Amino acid sequence: MTSMTIQVRALSRAFVADGRATPALLDIDLDVAEREFVCILGPSGCGKSTLLNLVAGFLRPSAGEILVNGRAVTGPGADRGVVFQEYVLFPWLTVAGNVAFGLRLSGVPADARRRTVARYLDLVGLTAHAAKYPVQLSGGMKQRVAIARALANNPAIILMDEPFGALDAQTREVLQDELGRIQRVEHKTVLFVTHSIREAVYLADRVVVMTSAPGRIKQIVTIKLPDVRDRFAAEFTHYESELTRLVKEEVAKVHE
Amino acid sequence: MSRTRLLALAGVLAAWAAVAYGNAALQLMNPVLLPTPGQVAAVLAETLRDGSLPRHVATSLGRVVVGFGIAAVAAVALGLLAAMCVPIRLLLEPVIEFVRPIPPLAFLPMFLVWFGLGEASKVAFIGYTTFFPMFVAIAAAVLRVDVALLRAAASLGASRLDLVRGVIVPAALPGIIVALRLGFALALFVIVGAEFMGADAGLGHLIMEGRTFFVPAQIVMGALVLGLLGSLVNALLLGIERRLFRWREAAAAS
Repeated sequence: MTSMTIQVRALSRAFVADGRATPALLDIDLDVAEREFVCILGPSGCGKSTLLNLVAGFLRPSAGEILVNGRAVTGPGADRGVVFQEYVLFPWLTVAGNVAFGLRLSGVPADARRRTVARYLDLVGLTAHAAKYPVQLSGGMKQRVAIARALANNPAIILMDEPFGALDAQTREVLQDELGRIQRVEHKTVLFVTHSIREAVYLADRVVVMTSAPGRIKQIVTIKLPDVRDRFAAEFTHYESELTRLVKEEVAKVHE
Repeated sequence: MSRTRLLALAGVLAAWAAVAYGNAALQLMNPVLLPTPGQVAAVLAETLRDGSLPRHVATSLGRVVVGFGIAAVAAVALGLLAAMCVPIRLLLEPVIEFVRPIPPLAFLPMFLVWFGLGEASKVAFIGYTTFFPMFVAIAAAVLRVDVALLRAAASLGASRLDLVRGVIVPAALPGIIVALRLGFALALFVIVGAEFMGADAGLGHLIMEGRTFFVPAQIVMGALVLGLLGSLVNALLLGIERRLFRWREAAAAS
């Protein structure tokens, strides 16, 4: 199983509130292959962001383990780039400075750094805005910077936590298109958390549907659609309704 | 300076002149007790000519700069440390919460006992006074740094040292600069008190001399010079702050 980039084994995580341990994730087993795009889909509060934070190394498991390329995750690292819902750009750095942040840390010489930054700014269409500061950008542009920042660091894995959740519907679809295009160039292993079914069907090779809290894996749906997807194709709609049915069962449980 | 500000200052000056010169003409109270703008200007010219005013200003500023400088370095270092290291914070917090409400002037005689009447007691007193508020404000600024920024940097490969240098310091810098600006203003505030007791130079001494030799115009002049110094320094630091943090103003400019 050497092609398994991310291996999640019997993973559980509980949070302590008011002196009581409440399980957020229960007994998760998941393998993500190299260059695979996996979406984690589930109702809010199902622990899907917790799962991502565990893989990123921001949280420690209560039980079980996560292996990345065979090695146990003990903390955050440059091998796993993260894109956050709230962008989290460094406000004191320009767009170019943000994209160069990881390259600076790893001591990439200035010349190579400039070339890499230029390449990724071009990839996300922000070349004209290189000298601007984050406060000057719209939400969509900020998220493009965050994606360029993660990619420029050349991690094998990109973890995305509802990256388009704070954007308006139009910007959201534009960025989904761009992410699809970027993925066809960059071929990263991607773990992508979302609560949007359309987004999951549009982007994923496989969709992991979570149960409501405590989060377990309810079902994994493989999306057999071409790389470039048509949101109005009959097949697309078919996956959409199948996933909608699965998620609705979980949402209904919360309201019971 | 804007037109309205100039107008407001001119208004205050006019009101003072009206009251002081009116009193001089009508003799409602002893005119010596209520110096006129002209008398104050005369003392100003006199002390400028004999070089005593520049000397007093330089002495006071020198004490402020050294005392504040030592306190600033300590407050930045300990503030960062306390914010990032929980055991140190737990240790320092109760001590500082106890010492902070004591009016610094209450300890001034203690500084004279320990450090004598020379420079050391003034510098130490300024350092003591300005350290606590700066330390508390700097630690608070560091604690306010968004955890998400640290996570973002860590997943780009930042080490612990990188996090301090590359994220915590730049993210907390606006708060740190505000703390330093307030600390400097406070230093100018308390240097006068320190110089009232056992000093042979400095603006506080100049003012006290005005009392001893009964020259109220000299007292008023000393106070006005202090006010002017304070606003000059504040304007200077605000200017530096604006230059340093263009990224916060970029939105307004674009």
